[in-house]
Amino acid sequence: MSTNGLSLWWSGFEKQAGTLYRRHPSALIGSIVLILMCLIAILAPFLGTVDPQAVAPINRLQSPSAEFWFGTDMLGRDVYSRVVYGARVSLSVGISVAILSTVIGLAIGLITGFLRWADGIIMRIMDGLMSIPSILLAIALMALTKASIENVIIAITISEVPRIVRLVRSLVLSLREQPYVEAATASGTPLIKTLVKHILPNTVAPLLVQATYVCASAMITEAILSFIGAGTPPNIPSWGNIMAEARSMFQIASYLIVFPAIFLSLTVLAVNFLGDGMRDALDPRLSRRM
Amino acid sequence: MIQLRPLLEVKDLKKYYPIRKGLFGRVSGQVHAVDGVSFSIGQGETLGLVGESGCGKSTAGRTVLKLIDPTSGEISWRGKRIDGLSRVSMRPFRQEIQAVFQDPYSSLNPRMRAIDIVSEPLINFQKFSRSEGRDQVAYLFEKVGLRPDQMIRFPHEFSGGQRQRLGIARALSVKPRLIMCDEPVSALDVSVQAQVINLLIDLQKEFGLSYLFVAHDLAVVRHISHRVAVMYLGRIVEIAETPELFDSPKHPYTEALLSAVPIPDPALRRTQIVLQGDVPSPINRPAGCHFHTRCPYAQERCRKEEPGARELSPGHVVTCHFPVNAK
Amino acid sequence: MAGQSDTSAPILEVRDLKTYFHTRDGIVRAVDGVSFKVNAGETLAVVGESGCGKSVTSLSILRLIASPPGHNEGGQILFQGEDLLKASEARMREIRGNKISMIFQEPMTSLNPVLKIGKQISEVLVLHQNMNESQARTKAIELLSLVKIPEAQSRVDQYPHQLSGGMRQRVMIAMALACDPTVLIADEPTTALDVTIQAQILNLMRELRDRTGASIILITHDLGVVAEMAQRVVVMYAGRKVEEADVKELFASPLHPYTRGLMNSIPKLDEEKCARLEEIPGMVPSLREPILGCAFAPRCTHATGKCRTEAPDLEQKKSEHFAACWHSEKFLFGVRA
Repeated sequence: MSTNGLSLWWSGFEKQAGTLYRRHPSALIGSIVLILMCLIAILAPFLGTVDPQAVAPINRLQSPSAEFWFGTDMLGRDVYSRVVYGARVSLSVGISVAILSTVIGLAIGLITGFLRWADGIIMRIMDGLMSIPSILLAIALMALTKASIENVIIAITISEVPRIVRLVRSLVLSLREQPYVEAATASGTPLIKTLVKHILPNTVAPLLVQATYVCASAMITEAILSFIGAGTPPNIPSWGNIMAEARSMFQIASYLIVFPAIFLSLTVLAVNFLGDGMRDALDPRLSRRM
Repeated sequence: MIQLRPLLEVKDLKKYYPIRKGLFGRVSGQVHAVDGVSFSIGQGETLGLVGESGCGKSTAGRTVLKLIDPTSGEISWRGKRIDGLSRVSMRPFRQEIQAVFQDPYSSLNPRMRAIDIVSEPLINFQKFSRSEGRDQVAYLFEKVGLRPDQMIRFPHEFSGGQRQRLGIARALSVKPRLIMCDEPVSALDVSVQAQVINLLIDLQKEFGLSYLFVAHDLAVVRHISHRVAVMYLGRIVEIAETPELFDSPKHPYTEALLSAVPIPDPALRRTQIVLQGDVPSPINRPAGCHFHTRCPYAQERCRKEEPGARELSPGHVVTCHFPVNAK
Repeated sequence: MAGQSDTSAPILEVRDLKTYFHTRDGIVRAVDGVSFKVNAGETLAVVGESGCGKSVTSLSILRLIASPPGHNEGGQILFQGEDLLKASEARMREIRGNKISMIFQEPMTSLNPVLKIGKQISEVLVLHQNMNESQARTKAIELLSLVKIPEAQSRVDQYPHQLSGGMRQRVMIAMALACDPTVLIADEPTTALDVTIQAQILNLMRELRDRTGASIILITHDLGVVAEMAQRVVVMYAGRKVEEADVKELFASPLHPYTRGLMNSIPKLDEEKCARLEEIPGMVPSLREPILGCAFAPRCTHATGKCRTEAPDLEQKKSEHFAACWHSEKFLFGVRA
């Protein structure tokens, strides 16, 4: 019996992952699809793609065929390559926003949950941010800066942070009242350590679930921003701006919209399935207790 | 018996919670959760604190441990005042005063393994290497009747009674002098209660522990306590040595409380004193003696004047104008 | 089961009731072949600790077990000759609250917090007694006075949160007795109440029982409550019945080691203080696996090889006293456990 910290942690993780996949096959499918998309994004150059920005007017608006698997767009660019490279943008935006907003939201939420005086001020700011619909907020922020993936990530993060702060804050407020937190005080545990050891770990599970939803939401927001021209610069393909450019072509070249839409929907669905499954699997109270 | 200086002395402890109403949170009233409680506990002694829900016993127990900040009053531990201490200054004292909580399910962090839960106080006060810690925890596990090979398990893998033992092991880890037990067996099945009660008594004998035993079950309290204090609406109405309190209670409430407990013996028929009405709210307490609205012996004086605490016989203190004399 | 001393037929008879729960992790045999009878005007206590199946038994009688995952796997519940397990849902609705009613443990969650208590009592009357609203309201006020709620006229329009725990339990009792039921099932009716309030409620229940002549099935884990209220007692353990007797007989000479262990492990107010409480070692077995032999054998100090392999049947050991144990004779002659 090894009580080595790392091996114990890994066995615990393995057990939870096992529970997750056994009980929620949808989460399994979601994970597989997500990993597949990530692989597609990373291995883009090796998947039979050409330069996604290569313009070849001679090939414009070709239907899907053996040569051009997803057809070509109005500038002759290979849609298949654009969609595959587009995965990079969408996934990097989705995952970056998820991570950034979670980390920032966690930090702010912990502070507001514990310090009464900071709570009032910070929550009013968060409420203010939340009263503006997140798409509009992102658009407004993008209007202030030039179009780039980094700015898109920052803009969407800012619009997603308040919801995470609210979640963390309510978690902290309820966790503070838990008897085991009181027991930690009675055991002589200092405040910071109580926060880190008792409160923080119990916020991880709900946060992880929320992060998956944020990821899905961010990918859609990025697509919307690109669709209206306020997002990723037009030369870098993202699923959103591929669809944006093809807006007027829908009747003659529907495949231009259909393929990126399918990829986007599948990815968002996969992330949501994963989140739902994790929500059930990570709740220790749902563990068998007989 | 030589009177040693008591370990814990509590004088006139009060804890009021303000009630805020309105847009600006004006204070419109107070919940008098604990309203002037005094007692002391010596080495190796168990003081039982009993009462019904809302009497303030749990609040009193947690305030004594500074888990809740008192509104006023004195708490002295081995002669030193601790009531005014900040959270940081209170820390060193926590090595000597520990707690076991009521709910075996929520008083243990569900994400921590048993070994980490039990060794938390140890790690707070001493620098241990992981293997030294493990040996200590194994020793503690055996003392409370758990198998040491279970120490890597999570709380949900233990039964209610076993979790309570974990809580006791945790409290015991730093070799405290006093353990505040807040309803430690109320949430357990009857057949398991006996195991935990016996364990607490054994540990007291072996380590010379003192207990502040907060509970509502009178029979359990009688079994484990040397002295008992009865609380009603935030005050102690009677305090005495256990045999004396149970054989000849002097306060009408104590008398009614004892007669209300159902006795598991159908052959024994006795006249029960059934109190009328409900417990008044701790916000708007009756004038005079707080118990007069339900007291079968209440008189004019009780409605107007608050009774003071009187020592009727050595160690037997009653707060009543007209104490009941015989059973 | 052996014959009755009472000449009239029992009002309610449970025969070999089996209720299993089909969960992801296996089948939980919550009630595994339980039988008992309740006679007219009698109070039967069903005693056991958490997980023994007593609550599931009472919910099964009223067919209140959620059907997945719970299933009735066999047995009969004969109420005035009719098998409730075969009755239609419409017939059960006629019976619930009307011929057989139930009081639950937690008065706060058993009463609807957004309806006035008068309305909740009236609901039962309108449904089963064909009264109109105003007749029902009058009767509701009558019922509130019957359960000794002061100022019934004004209380009838209050909401549950405005009442104390003891009062709410009285409202529950009023609702349960509204249609003058033949059988009242009380599931841990005083467990959540303070001891002085419990004394009031038990007093009230005794008075009402004498007045209405209803039979009561009292589910509890508190032997003190059993001694005060019951005429006969059934002891359950791990989904099975292990002992049944008249209350005085049970307390005077318990014949099953579990019953004996339970009685000896409770600290008592009226006895000389003993140094150590007798413990029942171990824990209640998991109901997920089928239990081989006697369910109590792993914890029993008298268990022998036979106990571990063969489950003892319920047998009559003395007049009107049944126990499921291979070794009850040891206790028949006063050997201390």
